[in-house]
This record gives sequence, C-alpha cells and structure tokens, in this order.
Amino acid sequence: MASEVVKGRRPRPGHPRKGPAATGPTAIGPAAVRDRAAAWFLVLPALLPILILSVGPLLYGIALAFTDAQSGRTRSTQWIGTLNFQDLWYDTLFWDSFRIGLLWAFGVTVPQFLLALGLALLLNQRLRLRWLARALAIIPWAMPEVVVGIMWRLVYHPDAGVLNETLRDLGLGDGRDWLTGLATALPAVILVGIWAGMPQTTVALLAGLQNTPHELHEAAALDGAGAWRRFRTVTWPAIRPIALAISALNLIWNFNAFALVYVLTSGGPGGRTRLPMLFAYEEAFRYGQFGYAAAMGCVMVAVISVLLACFLVGRIRGGGGER
Amino acid sequence: MSLPTGRAARAGQYLALLAYLVFLAFPFLWLLSTAFKPARELGSLHPTWIPDDPTLDNFRQAFDEQPLLQAAANSLIAAVSAALIAVTIATPMAYVMARHRGRLATAATGWVVVSQAFPFVLVIIPLFLVLKNLHLINSLWGLILVYVVWSLPFALWMLAGYVRAVPTELEEAAAVDGAGRVRTLVSVVAPLLAPGIVATALFAFITAWNEFFFALVLLKTPEKQTLPVVLTHFLGAEGVADLGPLAAAAFLATLPSLVLFAFIQRRITGGMTTGAVRG
Repeated sequence: MASEVVKGRRPRPGHPRKGPAATGPTAIGPAAVRDRAAAWFLVLPALLPILILSVGPLLYGIALAFTDAQSGRTRSTQWIGTLNFQDLWYDTLFWDSFRIGLLWAFGVTVPQFLLALGLALLLNQRLRLRWLARALAIIPWAMPEVVVGIMWRLVYHPDAGVLNETLRDLGLGDGRDWLTGLATALPAVILVGIWAGMPQTTVALLAGLQNTPHELHEAAALDGAGAWRRFRTVTWPAIRPIALAISALNLIWNFNAFALVYVLTSGGPGGRTRLPMLFAYEEAFRYGQFGYAAAMGCVMVAVISVLLACFLVGRIRGGGGER
Repeated sequence: MSLPTGRAARAGQYLALLAYLVFLAFPFLWLLSTAFKPARELGSLHPTWIPDDPTLDNFRQAFDEQPLLQAAANSLIAAVSAALIAVTIATPMAYVMARHRGRLATAATGWVVVSQAFPFVLVIIPLFLVLKNLHLINSLWGLILVYVVWSLPFALWMLAGYVRAVPTELEEAAAVDGAGRVRTLVSVVAPLLAPGIVATALFAFITAWNEFFFALVLLKTPEKQTLPVVLTHFLGAEGVADLGPLAAAAFLATLPSLVLFAFIQRRITGGMTTGAVRG
C-alpha cells in the first residue's frame, strides 16, 4: 500500500507542456526519442507485461462476470448474461459487506485525514521531538500489513493485551474481547486502519504545508488574522489539491482493503467486518465461484469510478481559483 | 506557522505532539515487549510493559514452529527478482513518459492512474486461471510475474519524475557532440538517474516483501509460501495463537523493510514534495 501514495503526489507524466506549439507530436523530446520507433522500442519491455498481465486480466475478469465459471469443474464454462448481477442484486450478504466496506472506507479516511492534518501542522512547527514524531510516523508505512494486523491483535488481546490491561488499571471495567464482539469489531478494525495509513497521509499533507508561501502567512499575521483565519485563508487553499487527492486515493485503497482485516478478524464476528474484498476472496478461492466473484469485482469498480468522478468534480469546481 | 504562538499555545502543541507519539508508538512497543516475554508472563492476567524476565525463547520457538528461514528465502527471491525486473523494464518506459509527448505517453500515464483503482479480485481471478494453465500456481515465478506488473505503475511514476529532473540540455549537448541515442541514454541519462533507480528498486522490494494478497492466493504449500503468508499460520484456528513466537516472528519479518525504508524515506518524501510543487 505504501508504494501507491507517491504516485498520487507526482506530476502527471506526459502532460503536455505549455510552450511554443510543436511541429509534430514528438518534436519537444531530445534526439533519443524524437522518432516514434525509438519510443515504441523503449516502451515495449514494460508495455507487453502490462498488457498481458494487467490490462488483459482486467478485461478477462470483466468477461468472467458474465459466465458461470467455477473452479474444478469439468463441464465447460458458459455465458450466462447478466445472471450473476441479478443474483448479486438479491444477495443481502453482499450488500451487507458493501455497506461495511463503505463504512470502513469513510470511517478510516475521514478521521485519519483530520488526525494526519493535525500531526502535519505540528510537524511543520519548530518543536522539539519533532524528529522522533517524524520517525515514528513513518514506521507503520514500512511494516507489512500482516504484521500490523498481528501487532494490533496483541494489543487487543482479551487477557494478554495492553488495551484491556490499561482499562483495568484505570478502573474502567474488566475489558472486553474487542475483535470478536459484535458491536466493537468494526470500530476496532477501523482504528487499526487509521493508525496504519497515518504516515502516507501525514507526509503528503506535510509536503503540501512546506510549500505554502511563508510570506502570505506573515502578511496575514501582520494584518491581525487569527490562527483559524490564517488556516482558512492561507494554509487550506494551498494544501487543498493535495488534501483532495490523498483523500480520494485513501477512500479507494480502503474500499479495496484486504490484508489488515483478514489478519485481524477474517471478516468476523458474524460478517461484521467482512469487507467486499474479503467476501469476493472467499467466494472465489474458498467456494470456487469465479464468475460470481468477478461480478462483485465489477460492481466494486463501478462504485470506485463514482468515487473518482466525485473527486474529479470537486477538484474542477474548487481548483479554478487556485492556480 | 499557521498555529497560534504564545506560551499556552506552545504547551498545548507539545501535549498534542506527545499524544501523537504515544498513539503511534504504543502498538509497536507492545509488539517488542511481547516478543521478549517468557510464556509464563504471557499467560499472566496482568501483562506488563517491560518483561520481568526477558528471553529469546520466542525467537527460537518461532523458527521451530514454522519454516521461517525458507519463507524468508522465498520472500527474498520474489522481492529481489521483482524489483530488479521492474526497474529494468520501467526505466526506458519512464524515460519516454517523461520526454515524449503523444498518444503513447498519455495512454501510459492514464493507465498508471487508473491502475490505482483496480480491485485486485477482478485481476487475480483471471490471473489465477491463466497462471494455472501455465502451471505457475504455487510457483515463485508466477508470483514474481505478478509482482513485476503490480509494482510497475509506482516505478513508472517515480522514475518519470526522476527523468524530468534531468535537464534536457545535457542530452541535447550529447546529441550535438555526435552521441547516438543509445549512447546518450546510457552514458548521460542513466548515471544521473542511478540514485532514483536505486530508490525505486528498494521501494519495489519493500512492497513485494510486504505483499500478502497475491501470495495468499497463488502459493499453496508451506515450502513455497512467503513470509507474510507463513506469519498467518502462527495465528492458528480462531485466535488461539502462541503469542510469544507470533510476536517474535512478526518483528523479524518487519526488520528488512524497516531498515531499507529508513534509507530511502527521505527520497520518497522528497519526491512527494517535488510532486506537490508541480502537481
């Protein structure tokens, strides 16, 4: 997961530059890639694997959603039209998991954003211990998600866990079994999700903060603007594009999350933390319902496209005055 | 600079920072504490932060219980191969993405962005079927193929950024001096890109080392599985886990990526900063 944040931060490669109109589509490049053949030659080693192992399977996956493909069956796979989607429509378990997926995605992304913004603002100040906080804030990023899950299971452990022991010490009852309680399981995994994604969000926002012009702040302070006002009129407009981008990406990644919750609860108790990915994984690789699981994947893509579209609209609507 | 100044405000800021430090650090410290606790202390109803009687038994037991060395070797092979192959094929394409303009570069960029939104199920089911036909299920080679493609969007994005940081004048100068295309690339651009290529490779390594979902689906037998998958075997049935060895193994599995990440962290956050300036 860590890898993906950076992508969101970089300028769009290949975006046409402003400047004098070029004579041909490739005229601005240096000699090395001035002609098309050379460009294709350089691109091919990466393009072929991408087409064969990424774009191909994606299209194949969409096609599978319209078949009755199952694992380990001798009868050949048949086209069944939209039957999988019709079944999905009436599959209450799927819509439960869908609702849980959205709850989880927003439940992680929103508080995480606010917490990360607070931390980024603090780290942008000249405070002692700032280096320590920066170092610590990076740790969850480097950890395998499986280890993050294991670590929090140790924290949440009913007897040997630090959470319940702390509650006992504080006299706040005997503690409970957080991950297996029907009411506590989802909030418990959401907290882990928030923790695990803090670094990327914090670093992205910090990067935005460090690029806000100091002069503007000073000018605003001289004019007597209070902290909140300076945040609203100077800081926020400057970090808004980054904040929107990181939040959109976080929503998508969280909606597609798997490993963390698989390790923490495997979707239990009673499906209370069964995210869509866990559901589709079980359907495909435990019950062998490839076609049905592919249909779930398609529905997830559709939802993500809607999320992306909302983000793009927000960006276009608010982005005009800033640059 | 946007926060209030003054003594009370400063104190509040330190308090908030302290709260963040505790929140960020405590799970990790608890993992460490558990890893060094003897079984007797883990069974006690009142766990302590600092083990009374620290021991390395958990580490020994972890290696006895699960094939950790084999799993680490598998993870190492998969992550090193994937990282090397990925940067090797991504560097030329990233060069084109950064320097060329036209449909090819636009399409590549579009793919990099869109690939972020794939739910992996939609890709893994067909991949599973294809790899099965190629007899590459339960094989590290199948996993490496998947990891290469999976790390490409990130590698392309990062490398294209590094290419853009190389001034085109240098290449033009080399061309004027009569250097051919390949020579310009190899002797002028590549050396300047080297630090970026290394950082990208290390990051691809870390991502593959930490990856779980594809490994879970594609690797069936314990002797083929990578470290994250083998770690979940410690969890046993329904949470009946041997906590000490679990914590010890989890801690060990994190060390390589933690160490590497410490090295390249600045480059990554630095890259994000540059991205922010231009984006």
